[in-house]
Amino acid sequence: MFDDFFIRALFAGIGVAFVTGPLGCFVIWRRLSYFGDTLAHSALLGVTIAYSLEFNIAFSVFITSSLIALILVQLQNKTNLPGDALLGLLAHSSLAVGLVVIGFLTFIRFDIMGLLFGDILAVTVNDIYIIWFGGALILLILKLIWKPLFASTVNYELAEAEGLNPDRAKAIFTILMAAIIAISIKMVGLLLITGMLIIPAAMARNISDSPLKMVTYSIIGGLLSVLIGLFSSLEFNTPSGPSIVAAALFLFILSLLKIKQTIKLKN
Amino acid sequence: MSSENNILVKLKNAGIRQNDKWLVQGVSLEVEKGKIVTLIGPNGSGKSTTAKIALGIYKKIEGNVEKFTDKIGYVPQKISVDWTLPLRVHDFMVLTENLKDEEINKALTLTGVLNLKNKNLGNLSGGEFQRVLLARAISKKPELLVLDEPVQGVDFTGEIALYKLIKEISDRLNCGILLISHDLHTVMSATDHVVCLNGHVCCSGSPIDVAKNNEYKALFGEQASQILSRYEHKHDHVHSSDGSIKQKN
Repeated sequence: MFDDFFIRALFAGIGVAFVTGPLGCFVIWRRLSYFGDTLAHSALLGVTIAYSLEFNIAFSVFITSSLIALILVQLQNKTNLPGDALLGLLAHSSLAVGLVVIGFLTFIRFDIMGLLFGDILAVTVNDIYIIWFGGALILLILKLIWKPLFASTVNYELAEAEGLNPDRAKAIFTILMAAIIAISIKMVGLLLITGMLIIPAAMARNISDSPLKMVTYSIIGGLLSVLIGLFSSLEFNTPSGPSIVAAALFLFILSLLKIKQTIKLKN
Repeated sequence: MSSENNILVKLKNAGIRQNDKWLVQGVSLEVEKGKIVTLIGPNGSGKSTTAKIALGIYKKIEGNVEKFTDKIGYVPQKISVDWTLPLRVHDFMVLTENLKDEEINKALTLTGVLNLKNKNLGNLSGGEFQRVLLARAISKKPELLVLDEPVQGVDFTGEIALYKLIKEISDRLNCGILLISHDLHTVMSATDHVVCLNGHVCCSGSPIDVAKNNEYKALFGEQASQILSRYEHKHDHVHSSDGSIKQKN
């Protein structure tokens, strides 16, 4: 069944969309777009390490992104620099170091475009297993920490006061972010993973009035984006990542029309 | 004070320092089952800070806090819910605890806002939101309620009704309440124990004892002292439209 590259890409993409849907909602709610970007940029470093040490790419990216997240927390505690400056510092320096390392690895032929923007031809059967098993694990853990994570997203002190341990939930969520980036990098590419996280969720925000609805619509939006994106990627021979994100943007614009309608109805 | 195992939370010489400045220090108090302890004091005297110390929100504190329950309901003084979240009153009610629909309805009915159940949290007025906050805190049948100015922004009649409700809840659930209030009138009618703060504990005791205390008089003035000791609700103040209280001269 997985003989055809397109079927493989489709399965991988669907798996990714199921996970980016709910995580993307938290990225929007907790204002973590740039944090996601930083982790994704650092993924390039993870990829180069994977190539030079012959590791599994997803595993290596997961480790590097988690480390970058850890460094970020340390820097936040120890310097007086604002959060966005630290994010920019880590994002661009890890991207730069990653690119420099690639320059040294002359014995390996890199498809940089594929790394940055995703490549459906590169998805292997092994990748599908990683996406589906890893994705299922991410969703399971997210379900377990949902209550404290969501409560502390609404109000940290309330969650802390009523004994939900929001700090632990936040730490676990950071690891989940690193994990989703690790499993979706081949598909979407490291420059566009944050787009895959936030655009379907932003679309969902426009048309939902409860958190659960937003998560559901976000997943549906992600799935549609993957389907439309991959088919047009095949049809027009465009890179898979930009095609998927462009499809997500298209859905977002549609959701804006829906807002206009509801406003009209209310008046 | 009655037996030891009725104590829900106990602060012993507790305080917190930020940038070498004490926010509050040397606070000792305890809240028992079925008792209402009220913190009073001027702005910036450390009332909310003391409540947060009792709740364990602050990690780096001086002194000692012991909590004997984890069934806690909290109404914070300030709460800024991020409106990027699509959140209805209903979703907010089950934020920290899974409740049955009837339990949600009951709590919302008690605070008089059942009709708002499906409304978006962002569309509520200040007073409505305050009632929802109180409903959420009592709906989980807590053993300890920490109420930080729970009726701010609530209209005048509502204010009296809600304080009555708080007293009722304390009796019915036999839960302990740590209350922060600006309204000295309310402090009197229900409170068992008053702690007067001004960066440290000025004085504490029953409402009458505190009213007689000279430090209390110095802090709040002679007039306030009369209010506390008389126990009656005299209309010496007016409520402006935003719910704040203005003293008549």
